[in-house]
Amino acid sequence: MNLCLVEHLDGVATDASLQAFTLAAGLGGETHALVIGPGGAEVAATIPAAVVYVAEHDALDAFAPDAWAAILCAMPSRTGVTAIVAPGSARATDAMARAAVRLGEPLAANCISATPGNPLLLTRIRWGGSLLEEARLHTDCALLTVVPHTLPAVAPGSPGAVERFTPELADADLVVRVRERVAPPAGGVSLTDAKVVVTGGRGVGSAEGFVVVEELAGLLGGAVGCSRAVTMSGWRPHTDQVGQTGNKIAPEIYIACGVSGATQHIAGAKGAKRILAVNTDPEAPIMSVADYAVVGDLHEVLPAISAELRRRRG
Amino acid sequence: MKALVCVKRVPMTGGRIVLTDDEQAIETKHLGFAISPHEECGVEEAVRLVEAHGGESVVLTLGPPDAEEQLRDAMAIGADRGIHLVTDGEEWDPEATAGAIVAAVIADETASGPFDLILFGNESADSGGFQTGLRVAYALGRPCATGLKAVAVGDGSFRCEQEEGGGRNVYELPLPAVVTVLEGLNLPRYPSVPGRMRAGRKPLEASTPERPASRLERARLVVPAGESKQAEILGHGADAASAVVDLLEQIGVTS
Ligand SMILES: Cc1cc2nc3c(=O)[nH]c(=O)nc-3n(C[C@H](O)[C@H](O)[C@H](O)COP(=O)(O)OP(=O)(O)OC[C@H]3O[C@@H](n4cnc5c(N)ncnc54)[C@H](O)[C@@H]3O)c2cc1C
Repeated sequence: MNLCLVEHLDGVATDASLQAFTLAAGLGGETHALVIGPGGAEVAATIPAAVVYVAEHDALDAFAPDAWAAILCAMPSRTGVTAIVAPGSARATDAMARAAVRLGEPLAANCISATPGNPLLLTRIRWGGSLLEEARLHTDCALLTVVPHTLPAVAPGSPGAVERFTPELADADLVVRVRERVAPPAGGVSLTDAKVVVTGGRGVGSAEGFVVVEELAGLLGGAVGCSRAVTMSGWRPHTDQVGQTGNKIAPEIYIACGVSGATQHIAGAKGAKRILAVNTDPEAPIMSVADYAVVGDLHEVLPAISAELRRRRG
Repeated sequence: MKALVCVKRVPMTGGRIVLTDDEQAIETKHLGFAISPHEECGVEEAVRLVEAHGGESVVLTLGPPDAEEQLRDAMAIGADRGIHLVTDGEEWDPEATAGAIVAAVIADETASGPFDLILFGNESADSGGFQTGLRVAYALGRPCATGLKAVAVGDGSFRCEQEEGGGRNVYELPLPAVVTVLEGLNLPRYPSVPGRMRAGRKPLEASTPERPASRLERARLVVPAGESKQAEILGHGADAASAVVDLLEQIGVTS
């Protein structure tokens, strides 16, 4: 039997959790689910698992990763679990890694497929998705996290049963616990939600050079992104960076200007529906990942696009 | 403040990943190497903490003999000394890596006193296991917060921040502690020429741990298919503007 950790936000199971559930269900046998913290009982009612366990405890109103790990570890003895699957979110990954140490098991992070058997055959991502690894996991209790947005989400449904319980938590499990939550800044289009992202790379040439990038992004109601070369030069803050070690974006169109198209940059733009490259070099690697391209100097091309947009708007 | 930062040497793969014939590794013959970006910020932070509070910063890597280059890079921006756990170039899994690091930390602490803070990258750039720092923290019995974008030393405690959903989670850890950090924590400095000269003379201790068998066994690496297309050229220079706006209108993102 498998156990899937289901995270929830504002009373709803996260998509990434329901995608992880799909992988867990594919391992065969019964799939059970674990929901942690306040609001868990309502969420449990929407998960089509044989049994949904709901861990409830006063201390769980703020995220405490060791407490989550303690709960995950109490589960195998509770239900005879042979695999624990979780979404590859930051929280769940953290808790799963702690659970792995406590159980003395390996953790296979960021899987995209798993074929049942012993060993379990896995495909997991490396380099933020630029490379795949096929691996064999030798263990009686497999711990896996699942890359978000690669598998379909399981459709909501009623659980066979819901079992609420109060886990035993030691003081040590609550040392690392969120003390304070700082709300997101209001206003502005966030890079991760934007329908249009206009990114400038090293080809922009300077911090001031970003005026043309900002202008086009502004006209399209989009967000400005940048490459790591730009961040490392101090031209833009790291919060604007797109890529493996920056933001993962999913716009309708990604306009990448003066960006060569390194694998680590493109790893952040895999969710983009279309890519338009603006580059002086027709041989740049980005030309083989982009759908459309303009060959030319971004300092001429971008102002011309902005002017044309204004002209058509009258 | 005595800080240890653990870093990993990774290839700078650029525009296209090419594998070795046996599909076990990236072909690195023509590639340069760097400290994985998250850890590069870890090094900068350790150096800043010691600049602000006094003490010592130490950099550790588990990697092939050539990984001394990354230890020297870290020492060039200010780390005081290095610990090199030398491998034969084979990849070590997170359990094995953490085991060797724990042994090295215990040995170093026995000889020269405890570390207040041990920093790791949240995940390595190449294998992305997301667990080495946590494994070390558990083995040493120290608290650990992960994925940090800001840290600050207070009176006997350590305040750190994690980004989540556009906002931030704040933690306070007692020291000694282990943290895993993300790029964006700071903007790492470039090493100066005198810094590089000094780095060559800083102490570096090397040892050769034994690699245990892995329970997460790599069968092969695969470059994902369907990556290669040929972009449709909409035009050259400013003359392409009209075709670009046609495209934007067609997608429906112009209003
Ligand atoms: C582990 C690791 C993680 C990384 N993570 C990231 C990440 O998250 N995000 C990221 O972006 N990078 C990341 N990188 C770095 C990445 O490998 C590249 O170095 C980086 O993306 C290059 O940035 P760039 O394309 O802006 O610069 P370059 O590679 O220098 O490319 C500049 C491009 O601009 C073009 N150009 C120059 N002038 C003009 C002009 N006037 N008009 C139009 N085009 C022009 C050039 O033809 C060239 O193609 C990572 C690297 C490593 C090793």
